Amino acid sequence: MSIEPILFYIFSTILVLASAAVVTVRNPVYAALCLVLAFFTCAAVWLLLEAEFLALVLILVYVGAVMVLFLFVIMMLDINLVRAKEGFIKYLPAGGFVAFLILIEMAVVLGPENFGIEVTGEPLKHAADYSNTKELGVALYTHYAYPFEIAGALLLLAIVAAISLTMRRRPDSKYQDPAEQVAVKREDRVRLVKMPSENKQ
Amino acid sequence: MIELSDFLILGAILFCISLAGIFLNRKNIIIILMAIELMLLAVNMNFVAFSHYQGNIDGQIFVFFILTVAAAEAAIGLAILILLFRTKRTINVDRLDSLKH
Repeated sequence: MSIEPILFYIFSTILVLASAAVVTVRNPVYAALCLVLAFFTCAAVWLLLEAEFLALVLILVYVGAVMVLFLFVIMMLDINLVRAKEGFIKYLPAGGFVAFLILIEMAVVLGPENFGIEVTGEPLKHAADYSNTKELGVALYTHYAYPFEIAGALLLLAIVAAISLTMRRRPDSKYQDPAEQVAVKREDRVRLVKMPSENKQ
Repeated sequence: MIELSDFLILGAILFCISLAGIFLNRKNIIIILMAIELMLLAVNMNFVAFSHYQGNIDGQIFVFFILTVAAAEAAIGLAILILLFRTKRTINVDRLDSLKH
């Protein structure tokens, strides 16, 4: 038995436990940290699937950016921890039942008889000098060039939307208005005063 | 040998956990947002698994774009959350019913 299935089962156990902890722990900070653990182990599982670039991007983007943002927001907001878990028991039967039902349905469809190794065949083994990043880049910059640019525009839109939503205009802050500065006239700035010249002493 | 169905069922388990999380955490929007991130992760798992077993790179490209959209979604979602907390002083889903009255 090779080491890959052992690694897969270890990582997937950690992944399932961490994601179960995300939705059940009381404190949102612990939930965010469990989600970080889930992302790390998911990156490890993706390494087993030879998606090295995406595994590292998952750690860099999610753990490095998105989860830090989550932690910032959680610590900024003043959340009532006791009230935050009210209704947990009330919704547990319905939620658990629906999730269990969907899991059973998915397991029936996705089981080994439909997607087992006899059906899909062995995955292609790549050579040692195979570069996942290079292949991904070749596809991304040729065949998927337009979607790539749209993704860039989407990120720009997200920046603009997030900033414009959260920016507060404080009445006491002093800021410049370029339109007003450009439209200024001579009369607004200079006042000529007529006055008689004084007599020589 | 790990089979494709193992990865697919792992993705299904992740998806169902996050679905149950949306049901259970009716008082806390932050946990709901985290559960949505977990759901996207489960979908990405399926994409990467199929990409590996089919020997086709296109699935990984899709994961790339889903990561982009998920990052944008998280940023805007958290911005809306901050705005919500600033105006209503709560992030309880059950108390966000001002459109009803």
